[in-house]
Amino acid sequence: MNLFDIFTHQLVNGIVLGSFYALVALGYTMVFGVVKLLNFAHGDLYMVGGFAGFLILSVLAPFLGAGWLGVAISMLFAMLAVGFLGVVIQRVAYAPMLAAPRLSILITALAVSLVLQNAVLAMTKGQYQPFGASFGFGGVNLGNLFISYNQMVLVGTAGVLMLALELFVTRTQYGRAMRAISVDKDMCRLMGINVNAVIAVTFFLGSALAAAAGTMAGAYYGSLWYFMGFLIGLKAFTAAVIGGIGSIPGAMLGGLILGLLESFGTQLPGVGSGWKDVFSFSVLILVLVFKPTGLLGKPEQERM
Amino acid sequence: MAAPPQGATASAWGGLALLLDTRFKRSLAISVVLIAMVAAPFLFGPYATVILTNALLYVVLALGLNIVVGYAGLLDLGFAAFFAVGAYTVGITTLHFGLNFWLALPLAIVFAIIAGVIIGTPTLRLRSDYLAIVTLGFGEIVRISARNLRETGGASGLIGIDSPWILGWHIETPRDFYFVFCVLAILAVLASARLANSRLGRAWLYVRHDEDAAEAMGIDRVKVKLAAYIVGAIYGAIAGAFFAANLGAISPESFSFQQSVLILMAVILGGMGKIPGVVLGAFIVILAPELLRDVGDLRLLIFAVGLLLIMLFRPSGIWPAGGRK
Repeated sequence: MNLFDIFTHQLVNGIVLGSFYALVALGYTMVFGVVKLLNFAHGDLYMVGGFAGFLILSVLAPFLGAGWLGVAISMLFAMLAVGFLGVVIQRVAYAPMLAAPRLSILITALAVSLVLQNAVLAMTKGQYQPFGASFGFGGVNLGNLFISYNQMVLVGTAGVLMLALELFVTRTQYGRAMRAISVDKDMCRLMGINVNAVIAVTFFLGSALAAAAGTMAGAYYGSLWYFMGFLIGLKAFTAAVIGGIGSIPGAMLGGLILGLLESFGTQLPGVGSGWKDVFSFSVLILVLVFKPTGLLGKPEQERM
Repeated sequence: MAAPPQGATASAWGGLALLLDTRFKRSLAISVVLIAMVAAPFLFGPYATVILTNALLYVVLALGLNIVVGYAGLLDLGFAAFFAVGAYTVGITTLHFGLNFWLALPLAIVFAIIAGVIIGTPTLRLRSDYLAIVTLGFGEIVRISARNLRETGGASGLIGIDSPWILGWHIETPRDFYFVFCVLAILAVLASARLANSRLGRAWLYVRHDEDAAEAMGIDRVKVKLAAYIVGAIYGAIAGAFFAANLGAISPESFSFQQSVLILMAVILGGMGKIPGVVLGAFIVILAPELLRDVGDLRLLIFAVGLLLIMLFRPSGIWPAGGRK
């Protein structure tokens, strides 16, 4: 392979990876926008989404098969289930804590994450779970570059979901309320907006997108693990920060940038796959230190 | 925002200060604890001695993290990194450079301080939730580096680390190490209590309760937070150094995110910011799985649910109830 082939190959990899990061980063950014909470459990909702998709697929497979249709329907149900799980988490764990000191909220969020992780650990005995989707290996050859149908469908689905979210946020009443709340929650309450309902919708959407990413990742990579949400949660957070936390287009952009950085980064001399995560975490630390507002974010003061 | 308690000592000891309100009661309690510590390995046998040693190691680690989380109010999710720096410094310098343990120990502390300054200086200005994520990333960077570097022995780690001599006495049996960790835990408790009651301890208290007001009073918050970070790092490094000497072998997986979480649970379950609570938390985290042998995989789930319930219903910890509100 010449240099150009390596470049295009990594470009495709980066875009696929970036789509996952972007979908998960959206949830971080939306929740952060309305409640100013860093939802540590978000990565674990992605993991739970993967397992939910797998369970639903194993029920549906005898009727719909384990191909595109079966996985797509499973993904929709998983989004629904995990969306509601997100709302329950918000109601049970976060709602009572919103007035508490920030340290308490952070620890609560961490506790939720650990509960989800260890609940799945106990159920799966810590084993890898094969996902069992069968897509075939078809694809398109462009010169030396091979793009599988899987990759295209995956990136396409992620694109459609993000477009739907963008339309929801910019065109609907709830979306408008969401944006208003991220500017001034108390004022919204005074204007008669049902803030709690909007927060619930935000958690629902964020969690559902994470579940979509989880199901797709399970189908694409072929296996699930109780700890798989940890790394992607961290990286999606990095993506959200790169794009500017609180900004929805920022999360999409940040996801793509991080996906590309990572897939090209592993080609750098001395980085290699063993150092891949160190590379991403260093990017995270550098961005937080030098440009904490990200590319599309607005400067923000810590609450007093 | 609640007003800070009157005396910083009362805050560090929690309800214990009220419980043991006379000199007689205090001396009695101290004697009972000391006698129990000395008698334990003879009463409970070798297996229990190893478990208790581990619990005492966690007392040191948890008291160190308590300075960062409980005293200064900073969430550190990568505390195992400092533990790793201490353990690997001792491992590498004694194995590759033939250093004596007692020369390696100060080096471990120096490296932990350097690591604390490198990661703390740029990040302690950040929002508190960003700081939590940065420390998490830092912890993972240290673990992955230990996994990938040749000097640290890669995934299999280092083996054959010598146990130290002190004044002609070779510390080598599990019971020897138990007593060494007893001394370390007592020193850690005393240092924590002194720190809480110092000028720096009061500065931490004010920064934790109201950062802006503290700054208005002339406290340099970045400097004060950095001090907490460094003191925590020193605790971690000392614990790591003795951990390496005790086991004789270390591997990257001893310093994973789960390790950081377990130490954090020890700090929070018993009562964040209060010495008796943190000591109790360390014992809970280590002894509970021994007592509940059958729960196996459920262990961390039970702790995690406990953590959540405590944050929701009893944020000051399970014991003692309290000090002044």
